[in-house]
Amino acid sequence: MANAQSPAMTNVPVSSSASQTGKPGKKRKSAFSKRKVDHAYYWMAVPAAVIFAVFLYVPFIQGVGYSFTNSQGYGQSKFIGLKNYFALFIDNRVGHAYLFTFLISVLITILVNLIAMFLAVALNGKILFKNGFRAIFFIPYTLAVLVIGYVFKYIFMTPLPALGQALHISWLSQSLLTSERYAWVPIVFLAVWQSVAYSTLIYLAGLQTIDDEIYEAASIDGVNPWQRFWQITFPLIGPFFTINLVLSMKNAFGTFDQVMALTQGGPDSSTETVTYLIYTNGLTGGEYAYETANAVLFFIVLAIIAFIQLKFFGNKEKI
Amino acid sequence: MTSVTISNSGSEGKQTTKTDSQWHSRHHVNWWLTAAVAVLSLTILIPLYFTIITALKTPAEAGGFGLPTTWEWHNFADASAKVNYPKAALNSAIITVAAVVLTLFTNTFVAYAIARNMDKRFFRFLYYFFIAAMFVPFPVVMLPIAKQFGSWHLDNQLGLILLYTVLGLGTNLFIATGFIRSIPVSLEEAARIDGASTWRIFWKIIFPLMGPINATIAILTALWAWNDFLLPLIVLTDQSNQTIPLAQYVFSSQFATNYPMAFASYLMAMAPILIVYIFAQRWVISGVMRGAVK
Repeated sequence: MANAQSPAMTNVPVSSSASQTGKPGKKRKSAFSKRKVDHAYYWMAVPAAVIFAVFLYVPFIQGVGYSFTNSQGYGQSKFIGLKNYFALFIDNRVGHAYLFTFLISVLITILVNLIAMFLAVALNGKILFKNGFRAIFFIPYTLAVLVIGYVFKYIFMTPLPALGQALHISWLSQSLLTSERYAWVPIVFLAVWQSVAYSTLIYLAGLQTIDDEIYEAASIDGVNPWQRFWQITFPLIGPFFTINLVLSMKNAFGTFDQVMALTQGGPDSSTETVTYLIYTNGLTGGEYAYETANAVLFFIVLAIIAFIQLKFFGNKEKI
Repeated sequence: MTSVTISNSGSEGKQTTKTDSQWHSRHHVNWWLTAAVAVLSLTILIPLYFTIITALKTPAEAGGFGLPTTWEWHNFADASAKVNYPKAALNSAIITVAAVVLTLFTNTFVAYAIARNMDKRFFRFLYYFFIAAMFVPFPVVMLPIAKQFGSWHLDNQLGLILLYTVLGLGTNLFIATGFIRSIPVSLEEAARIDGASTWRIFWKIIFPLMGPINATIAILTALWAWNDFLLPLIVLTDQSNQTIPLAQYVFSSQFATNYPMAFASYLMAMAPILIVYIFAQRWVISGVMRGAVK
């Protein structure tokens, strides 16, 4: 949480804060103005900040507190220091959930962005029924993941193995959901199927900020479509790429509905994600404090990943 | 993240003129691209088709992609009775509508106060205070929130409505501040000289001008609240408060091997939003895209 704050606080250039108030020409000594602010603005923002803190930051801090106890979520509990955290590091089930979550998240993020970028370029290009296709490709985002997940569960359980048998494809002849080796495939498929919709629209929005004249100039220079994409389009939609990457990865790390609908963590806990583990063991399995510690650990891991992403891609896309 | 906010705000109006000019050059249709897109769209259309036909079959016939031999319309009534669909649909509708209304009437003035005072250290801090939460995945706080809301007696629809309003603040702020800053301050100054208060200026001048971005916020909030599963799962404790996705989960074992009845239930769960979407798709799509451009 804190990492997003510090770099931006220092980065604010004098010029940008001056232009935001709409009074150019007025020079400022400090990055922040000394202008007096109407009290009403405080009444608009401060109560919201207090409620926000009570709903989000206070539970977070409480969670950190609980992680040092042996609470089951109810009844008596006592302080046990870092024991939960030590236990997490030698817990194979937790380790597997982290590895699984990380691997599918990377895969989902890559697939979502590749497919969404292709779709966005296609839907922005010279194709027939452009608006119709746009409408179709956004449908998955309008559906509840859990509900469409149940539909796919059945498809993966019955028609697909039947198809596999008919075509003599051995790995498809059985339900992928009951195979310890392939049960991740339906989960990744469902996650990608659903997230592509939103990412495509963000890329489309990005593509529409590009002026046609740039392409006209490029076509006069005899640039081929491949070069055109990588040397003109992609750099220009850089900020949209970053936001898509960060958001799709954040969503992928929280993969939950897909697991609930398709595999319930099975077979043999091979498809448990961290979120799934926190929910099942924390709320229904009596390991409240232990899973709160897991959540805190998860937060630290995700904060580091988000920080790396913003550092790495944030620098590249400055146009 | 910071770099996205600085991209140009003038792109709004460009969208329409651009698609128009591309429609004019329609004689250059890229057939290969059209075919590729059409094939990809099947990954969406086939599961939907499969859902509809399976919902209308007998249990013995389910599993294939052919049309039903007899159309079993009673599956819908059976499924509706089993998952208590009318009650769940009403709960989902109440929660979604209330969350959207409350979000629109609160998040907007928070965004306004912050957007107009970004040159002040305090408001800039608030901006990041809210935005930072966008990057905190919900699982991190879900156990304490579940516990806290139980003890506050907010383990019901009201609790969910408040959660959607508050948890969405970061994203909505991110979407709205750029738009508000593109509204000229001069519009407000005239009213201020006439003695209007800041609140009055907001409700009479700014809020109406925020129409397009309010539509974006409403669409995203409605889709989230309507389809969400995790929050109702951990917050709601009373069965009679169930939302549609939660009811599907709770009753998922009830269908046993009667897949057509289960599919009738899934279809009824998807139908309300699909129907709204079919009529409002252009508006929804442009609304979501507007949220991405600052």
